[in-house]
Amino acid sequence: MEVPILKQGAFLIATFQAALSDADLNQLRMGLVQQVVKFRSRAVIVDVTAMDVMDSFASRTLREIAHMIRLRGAETVIVGIQPEVAFAMVQLGLTLEGVATALDLEEGLAYLNEKFKITN
Amino acid sequence: MSVGEIRVEINSDQDIVVARQKGRVLAGELGFSAGDATLIATAISELARNIVSYAQTGEIKLKGIHGSSRVGILVIASDDGPGIIDIRQALRDGFSTSGSLGLGLPGVRRLMDEFEISSQPGKGTMVAVKKWRQ
Repeated sequence: MEVPILKQGAFLIATFQAALSDADLNQLRMGLVQQVVKFRSRAVIVDVTAMDVMDSFASRTLREIAHMIRLRGAETVIVGIQPEVAFAMVQLGLTLEGVATALDLEEGLAYLNEKFKITN
Repeated sequence: MSVGEIRVEINSDQDIVVARQKGRVLAGELGFSAGDATLIATAISELARNIVSYAQTGEIKLKGIHGSSRVGILVIASDDGPGIIDIRQALRDGFSTSGSLGLGLPGVRRLMDEFEISSQPGKGTMVAVKKWRQ
């Protein structure tokens, strides 16, 4: 299943689907970093609102994505982690340390616009 | 109507997704809340992932439990893989032999209400977990 990546000005927005396999996540990791390079993006928003399960592999991949994008000089914001998904992550001992998170897409965009002083 | 047993063969990462989705559907049918269904699906995902990572192939069985006073779900993950030499160590947080975050077994135990594991080196591993409806 392909993850759509949308270009919005200086930012990229990747919207995760519910049923992402490990292979999909790996593909997305490469795809996102390549697009950040191609579009000289300042930041990436990863919207996980639809994700039903965030297991150890998914959260590790998200951390790796954020790390790779930081090495490119851009920033990652994870948005839309559902309350029950957050609860399950905490129980599993999974963290997204060092990765910015926001409530939803709107909050994520507001955070980045403020950070990069972009006025719409 | 009683809900029968569901078996999902685990051979690839795609099967992890299938197993957890079937688990979520069954949890819903058994009357679990959406929040609990997420916890159950996450536990299934970790158990299926262990099969793919350590044993390559195995099976996840899902079953509704209809007790006299309560309803629950039973998840059994089994494989004929290399087995776990030191189960106590595998149940400790942060322990891993595959360079991942660990087996996720301590986490699975926290997500579910009951947890049983048996493993024989060279023969395979069986993890059975239960969660009761609130």
